[in-house]
Amino acid sequence: MGKTRVARTGNEAMAEAIRQINPDVVAAYPITPATEVMQIFATYVADGLVDTELVPTESEHSAMSAAIGAQVAGARTMTATSSQGLALMYEMLYIAAGLRLPLIMAEVNRALSAPINIHCDHGDTMGGRDAGWIQIFSENSQEAYDNLIQAVRIAEHSDVLLPIMVTTDGFIISHAMEDIDIYSDGEVRDFIGTYKPLQPALDYKKPITVGSIDFVDYYFEHRRALAQAMSNAKNAILEVGREFGSKFGQEYGFYEAYKLDDAEVAMVCLGSTAGTGKDAVDNLRKRGIKAGLLKVRVFRPFPAEELAARLKDVPQICVLDRSDALAATGGPLYAELLAAMFEDRADHTVINRIYGLGGRDIKVGEIEELLSSQVSAAAGGKSIDRIGYLGVRE
Amino acid sequence: MKENINSWKDLPIGGIVDEPGTAMAYKTGDWRTLRPIHNSEKCINCLACWIYCPDSAIILKDGKVESIDLEHCKGCGICAHECPPKVKAIEMVDEADFR
Ligand code: SF4
Ligand code: SF4
Repeated sequence: MGKTRVARTGNEAMAEAIRQINPDVVAAYPITPATEVMQIFATYVADGLVDTELVPTESEHSAMSAAIGAQVAGARTMTATSSQGLALMYEMLYIAAGLRLPLIMAEVNRALSAPINIHCDHGDTMGGRDAGWIQIFSENSQEAYDNLIQAVRIAEHSDVLLPIMVTTDGFIISHAMEDIDIYSDGEVRDFIGTYKPLQPALDYKKPITVGSIDFVDYYFEHRRALAQAMSNAKNAILEVGREFGSKFGQEYGFYEAYKLDDAEVAMVCLGSTAGTGKDAVDNLRKRGIKAGLLKVRVFRPFPAEELAARLKDVPQICVLDRSDALAATGGPLYAELLAAMFEDRADHTVINRIYGLGGRDIKVGEIEELLSSQVSAAAGGKSIDRIGYLGVRE
Repeated sequence: MKENINSWKDLPIGGIVDEPGTAMAYKTGDWRTLRPIHNSEKCINCLACWIYCPDSAIILKDGKVESIDLEHCKGCGICAHECPPKVKAIEMVDEADFR
């Protein structure tokens, strides 16, 4: 295997990965701190190093729309953005996911306005967390590069077919120079393989309609299938992470545990702060405090069970959130991790049923049946699915 | 197109419709509050109603108005409006009268 040790910023590492992926189409609009990813990639296009059709658009909304159009047509498509740019894409993010398009995005985390700020937090990415996109966070340039290569395989996995965003932290990763290993073009291309679109719109022998209306009669069922794809992404992420490890040396999973086995206190975080945290953990250990760290790599799908299991024996846990959910209950990573950790420990049985999507009616009898079955399951000591769907054609 | 899909697992991925002409299978007629009643004795078969109907619900046979496709007619009344004033061969009747 050919590895080259080079110095790269996060943006350079992502541009390098996109060059090696050699997508059919890239559609983008510049925004700090992600601008450079496309600026560098545009030189690759100009120099004829890639076969990509680069579409510069007049806004991020148009960039995502063009990307969706290209992917629908059957092209492997990528984009890059940040902050307000991602926010301007939100409407289209949901459409990319609902249409089950394996689009790939390099996203450089940056705070949202107001006040205007160009530096890192995770508020922009968190805004798209319920849009049906897989979200993978990177600790450094190496992970940004590795994650983007894996993203192609995860998104295009036949059990998944979902769009994916790989994030770095604005300036902290995007503009910081680090030593990283770059793999050979041939090996990266072998690893990602060729894209075989499910039903390309440009196949004139098999005409299709994309994005048609779907009222109360089937909308819920389509959303149920989308939810299943997100669940399936868990296996795909592990499968691709293992294969990546056997080919390139570094295996990837849902998280990285650092000095966690005997930890009396552990911090949990996303992104570049894991690097800072590892230094803090080392210093604390020198001071006699058994500290540890859990870096969450995958935020969507949220690996609830796996994170809860890994933290089971740690008595003190501190979740660091680089975004505020403004819910008056703390940050998003905290809320989700707390739910994951206490679902089996609480004195109460709290279950969840998703219902009524797309206007699907909910009936008195359905609620009665649901609550009475929960009561009788409890009385009979039987378990009941914690999460499920109500009123969908299973 | 598959009718009566019983499970979300049977739906095409991404809501793709993989054959043309499926709008025929989507019954829009139940939105109607007014029903057009065509009087073939008054009708002069000028076909203005056929041209203007937004749902292609005026059914012709041998160049003459034969019937109205009530599974797709939304009851907009355009046909009755466009029918020449001296002819008035289409009358809009309250749908509730047929229940
Ligand atoms: S009422 Fe409207 S939809 Fe119905 S037949 Fe007349 S023009 Fe067509
Ligand atoms: S517009 Fe009136 S007269 Fe002309 S074809 Fe229709 S119903 Fe007959």
